[in-house]
Amino acid sequence: MTVKATVKDIVDRCQTLFDDLDFNAVKDWKAANPGGKAIGYLPIYVPREIIHAAGMLPVGIFGGGDQLEVIHGDAYYQSYICRIPRSTIELGLTGRLDSLDGMLFPSICDVIRNLSGMWQLLFKDKYVKYFDVPQTYRDDIAGTFYIHELQDLRDDLAEMAGRPITDEDLHNSIAVYNENRAVISELYDLRAQQPWQAPASEIYLLLRAGMVLPVEDHTQLLRDYIAAAQEEERPRRDNCRVVVNGVFCEQPPLGLIKSLEMAGCYVVDDDFLLITRWLIDDVPTTGDPMENLSKAFLHHSAATSAKFEPDKADKGKFLIKQVRKSKAEGVIFAAPSFCDPALLDRPMLQEALNRDEIPFTAFKYAENTGQLQAIREQAGTFADTIKLWSA
Amino acid sequence: MNKSAAAKPSTDVIKESSMLKQKEMIDANFKSLATANKEGRKVSSTFVPGNLNELLMCFDITRNFPEINALQNGMRKKSGRFIMEAERNGQSEDVCTYVKSDLGMIEQGNIGPTGDKLPDPDVLLLSYTGCFTFMKWFELVREKYDCETIMLHVPYQADGKITQNMRDYVVKQLKEDVIPTLERVSGIKFDIDRLRQYMRESAKAEDDLVWILQSAKNRPSPIDAFFGGVYYIGPIFTAFRGTEAATEYYRALRGEIEQRLANGQGPVTPEGDAGKEKFRLVVEGTPNYTNFRDFWKMFYDEGAVVVASTYTKVGGVYDFGFRHDAENPIESLADYCLGCYTNLSLPRRIGMLESYMEDYQADGLLINSVKSCNSFSAGQLLMLRELERRTGKPGAFIETDLVDPRYFSAANVKNRLESYFQMLQQKNAAHAA
Ligand code: SF4
Ligand code: SF4
Repeated sequence: MTVKATVKDIVDRCQTLFDDLDFNAVKDWKAANPGGKAIGYLPIYVPREIIHAAGMLPVGIFGGGDQLEVIHGDAYYQSYICRIPRSTIELGLTGRLDSLDGMLFPSICDVIRNLSGMWQLLFKDKYVKYFDVPQTYRDDIAGTFYIHELQDLRDDLAEMAGRPITDEDLHNSIAVYNENRAVISELYDLRAQQPWQAPASEIYLLLRAGMVLPVEDHTQLLRDYIAAAQEEERPRRDNCRVVVNGVFCEQPPLGLIKSLEMAGCYVVDDDFLLITRWLIDDVPTTGDPMENLSKAFLHHSAATSAKFEPDKADKGKFLIKQVRKSKAEGVIFAAPSFCDPALLDRPMLQEALNRDEIPFTAFKYAENTGQLQAIREQAGTFADTIKLWSA
Repeated sequence: MNKSAAAKPSTDVIKESSMLKQKEMIDANFKSLATANKEGRKVSSTFVPGNLNELLMCFDITRNFPEINALQNGMRKKSGRFIMEAERNGQSEDVCTYVKSDLGMIEQGNIGPTGDKLPDPDVLLLSYTGCFTFMKWFELVREKYDCETIMLHVPYQADGKITQNMRDYVVKQLKEDVIPTLERVSGIKFDIDRLRQYMRESAKAEDDLVWILQSAKNRPSPIDAFFGGVYYIGPIFTAFRGTEAATEYYRALRGEIEQRLANGQGPVTPEGDAGKEKFRLVVEGTPNYTNFRDFWKMFYDEGAVVVASTYTKVGGVYDFGFRHDAENPIESLADYCLGCYTNLSLPRRIGMLESYMEDYQADGLLINSVKSCNSFSAGQLLMLRELERRTGKPGAFIETDLVDPRYFSAANVKNRLESYFQMLQQKNAAHAA
């Protein structure tokens, strides 16, 4: 008989995975899967289904956080460039990513784009791919291009795996990720309904665990958490409900997420680790898998700063929908310092919120921001103001 | 070190006749922009890298280039005010200042660099080439106008080559989205022969431009391929590529440079002929525009001549063989967009610089890294290291900004350059001994 895991057990496990900058989970997976390959990817989206279908482990690399001492990385970047590329370089140069056989650099911004070229030069023995995604959305134009890109990735990985990736492999992997996304959506619903039962810092750690665990294990972990969280008796606070936006790439320190809650804000939706919720609906598991993945990307994916919004009238709609669906009372814009995509998008999103009379506050952070007092105070004042308005 | 005896006092700016012609052309374009709305001419706003000037001309659409407005405002010391205005209106201090200069200008009445009012655009043609910020820039501008926005997505040459898939994607967008939208906006039917004709003109000017840039292989170089280069690329990177005026301009410019070459003269600077050529540099990165002349002076005062630069390739890389091709006009437009400098992978960029160092017999590499531009700047420190290793030539790294005067510290830049030139001199002396 298996003993049911408690919330604490699960969160502790996730915390251990989160703290482990040597990616031992990847090494363990490789030890258990001799000959198996691990493919890293940076934020914001790559089709993990294809990596999985090749029998490989997709591994999300989200910078070094506030525990990594960046020694070499700073020599590669000017002071006015965000922090995630330098800590990612640090991870690579210190051998912490040696367990990865390849790295995917999604099309998110010029910094990550150029990092793909740096990786080609610095880690010559590894597979490196810049994964381009379309910024236009017609199936017959963008879809054709994107399916080619997907197919290139499929071919490369098949070659590395030493076997073809069949349509059936892909259908199975798509099904496995559909399931993972469905459980995450359940988790988000639970938090939106009872945020005191599933705090944002825990949700964050759970999603981060999904960056290194095999997806099947991760789905089970999420299920266990949902079951355990519903059984816990946790105090309900008089917090306001907020959506956090702008944290899609460089990660805020965990302490910052906790600070928001301590300051009186329940985070009821966010754009953390968007890859886990990028595709909004289930991807069909019959027909041409490449076409299915393409259509899902083009027509059923999250809106974010790194993606072009073709219709001016729709700018900010996705965020407003998040606010409405989660019954949030306001938005906290948190963006990494020097992040052009997030910071340039912000005024447009704020305008859209203004039109809908949704209150917001905004600040910047870095993954190693140590002083959280000012942010806590700002979030506290925001929460108090919202409570005053709604009183 | 002393300035050349040949140099004239600094108050009068010395201009070659080609420069005067260029000034006329640019002024005329601003005038034409100023009257466009009133005269019912359609106007596009569009970016320099990957611009579709020939195509826009097929629809009689007047071309406004926000980047050019920003740099012109930088040169005229107006950009600082606009940037502050944009920051007051909610833009972050961290983001690209070209965008903020443009937004601030629009917010303060959209009076262009020459003092003429700029028109409201009828179409924002977002040639999404080599820079992610472009996308946000036009989303922000779109908020202010009620006009069509065309996204032309140009994939990144991550592996340093254009694949058929990339080319097909751009070609399809051109045929099925860009051209039909321009037809609708302008009410003019697309005529491919008209496009071919413009492209023939483009290729002529491109031939001369390449000759001009490559004249710097001579010793002494008759041109400065960065500071002077900024002027040389002006017409072809903007509203004039494909026009007869541009062909004439480049023909005339070539004639002037042929003459300088025959006379054994160095580049023309704002203060007259540059003095003796002491150092030959390759420059990676953008200029600074707020202190353009002071910055340039720091070079020619020391006898430093830039013999090749990457900035002069942002609006098209022609010196490795690409020409607009009237026989395959649409495919060639696609290749043009895909081939602009900042759309090339970092290893490709390094390869280009390496070949410049060699082919132009440069003594060193200078990187001017600007805060605004992640597209250029992210990775430049590795580029420097890699190029020093490959060429054995010393590099230097300075930091400024394009159009934000707050990020140009003249004393720091001068100090840095002076010690770099001293080092080059010692190296050269050691080499000669
Ligand atoms: S934090 Fe922003 S600027 Fe930095 S790599 Fe990520 S998306 Fe790019
Ligand atoms: S980031 Fe660079 S290329 Fe892009 S708009 Fe700004 S200055 Fe131009």
